[in-house]
Amino acid sequence: MTTFIGEAAAEVVGRSHEIGAAAPPPPRSRRSRRWRYALTVLAFLLPSAVPLVLFVLGPMIAAAWISLTEWNLLAPAKWVGLDNYLELLTDPETGDVFLHTVYYIVGYLPLVYVGGLAIALALNTALRGRTLLRGVYFLPVVTSWIVVALVWRWLLNPSNGVVNTVLGFFGVEGPGWWSDPAWAMPSIILASAWKDLGFVMVILLAGLQAIDPELVDAARVDGAGWWRRLFSITLPLLSPATFFVVVISLINGFQVFDQVYAMTGGGPGGATQVVVQQIYDLTFRYGKAGEASALSWLLFMVILAVTVVQIRGQRKWVNYG
Amino acid sequence: MSVAAATPTAAGRTPAARAVLARKILLHVVIVLGALVMFFPFYWTLVTSLSPGSGLSSTPELVPAEPGLDAYFQLFQQVPFARAVGNSLLLAVITTLVQLFTSATAAYAFSRLPFRGRTVVFGVYLATMMIPLQVLVVPLFAELRAFGLVNTYLGALLPTFAAAFGIFLLRQAMNQVPVELDEAAALDGAGHFRIFWTVILPNIRPALATLAVFAFMGSWNSFLWPLVVLRSPELQTLPVALAGLQGQYTTQWDIVMAGSVISILPMLAIYLFAQKYVIQGVANAGLK
Repeated sequence: MTTFIGEAAAEVVGRSHEIGAAAPPPPRSRRSRRWRYALTVLAFLLPSAVPLVLFVLGPMIAAAWISLTEWNLLAPAKWVGLDNYLELLTDPETGDVFLHTVYYIVGYLPLVYVGGLAIALALNTALRGRTLLRGVYFLPVVTSWIVVALVWRWLLNPSNGVVNTVLGFFGVEGPGWWSDPAWAMPSIILASAWKDLGFVMVILLAGLQAIDPELVDAARVDGAGWWRRLFSITLPLLSPATFFVVVISLINGFQVFDQVYAMTGGGPGGATQVVVQQIYDLTFRYGKAGEASALSWLLFMVILAVTVVQIRGQRKWVNYG
Repeated sequence: MSVAAATPTAAGRTPAARAVLARKILLHVVIVLGALVMFFPFYWTLVTSLSPGSGLSSTPELVPAEPGLDAYFQLFQQVPFARAVGNSLLLAVITTLVQLFTSATAAYAFSRLPFRGRTVVFGVYLATMMIPLQVLVVPLFAELRAFGLVNTYLGALLPTFAAAFGIFLLRQAMNQVPVELDEAAALDGAGHFRIFWTVILPNIRPALATLAVFAFMGSWNSFLWPLVVLRSPELQTLPVALAGLQGQYTTQWDIVMAGSVISILPMLAIYLFAQKYVIQGVANAGLK
């Protein structure tokens, strides 16, 4: 009995195996193998594709739609076409928030670039304790913007902050820093430059270390002085790293927010109201999510345009050996 | 004269050699002074946090005469600060683990699994790096509210689950791993999942470490999204709680600085431990 079942089973299995092997159309097995491959690709891609579609690409498109509506996050959105954009473009406040943002960038970028370059040049020479020094200069980079903002608010405290105390020691009456409309943006710029200096320094240092020292030595033999070597040899060869620093700094600069929020909240008297602070206030203080989305899209367009212009323009000055 | 030039001693250095030496000393002095200035805000933060009552009316002393931990005790008594530290830690650990997983799997597909349209898909992935979070805040908030996820950990976490930066970083690393290793494993009968797990991942450990540090740092320091999505006080993350402290205790700088010290310490520890990976990650970003 058992043998019979066993034999029958063996027969069935054998036959089915035979059928499978003899099945003439190979496309079927090739197709199934293709399916399996497609499933493998999907298995590897879906863990990242699902969040990116749901939480980046989807909201990006939704933001475009919201920007065409009037919406306070609660009541149903009302279609208003391009009204939000028209309102933004005619409102002088829009110009102000972009102007404040550009003020930030114009103050911040030269400071971190020249400072970062000076430190990178110094650390690129044979210097004792180089790794330790590099570590110290880089330390603020790993600190959060909120901590940076709070620490600098305290350092630059008008009444008993350490900076004004030291200035007072030398008989100088320090300014009101973040409490003074004229000094608030410089205060934010100073704090931001302190945080990002190490980041710029490490990128430029990596660029400097990729430069062939023989080129610089050859110029020295030819009698070129230090400044001449810097401007004629080092800086042109460093231009790819410089390009990267400028592109990243502009993208981040237009999005400046955390440190402004924590240091001045856009004040005093709106003196440091930057674009993203305005987007935040429009959404969560004034209930104008539609206008906020329109401003977000304007900001994105500006960043995109600035980045594209730089990539187009890089041929003129960036030197990829 | 010529003897002096050939064997320069302290007394017999040529003026040129002396100028070089002077410049070198000056360089050291300037760069060390600069490092001290850069480090001073950290020192001042610590000193303030250890000088009870400072900031109300006086500037703390450079070296506190009577250091004390009062500010730390007050901090943990007056606000749910321990909770904020726990929240930040939880979010940072989960974000890091999930990002390592989603980045590694995607990077494997882009490095090892050719398919039609792969270049375009990779381009779209990279393009998401260009989109600022600010543009997404309003629709993301609405979306997660529709899912009922505002004021939940999951709501704070979901948008951080995949990051193009990590995918890009790991793909670069995987492209450096010789294909011969895959082929040898395939001959032994290994499928893609086994090759991914036993061949590729062990070979890109440094890149995984770099990504882990950056993912943790990004989450630990992130502000705008936790601020928007975690509205109730007991769910606040450390940076959000810190920003709120300032409003509550404007003049109690010793407490605010104690909170700052607590926020800095874990990153400082990770940084000291993984400095190589952090600096390498930044330097590589600039070279590509």
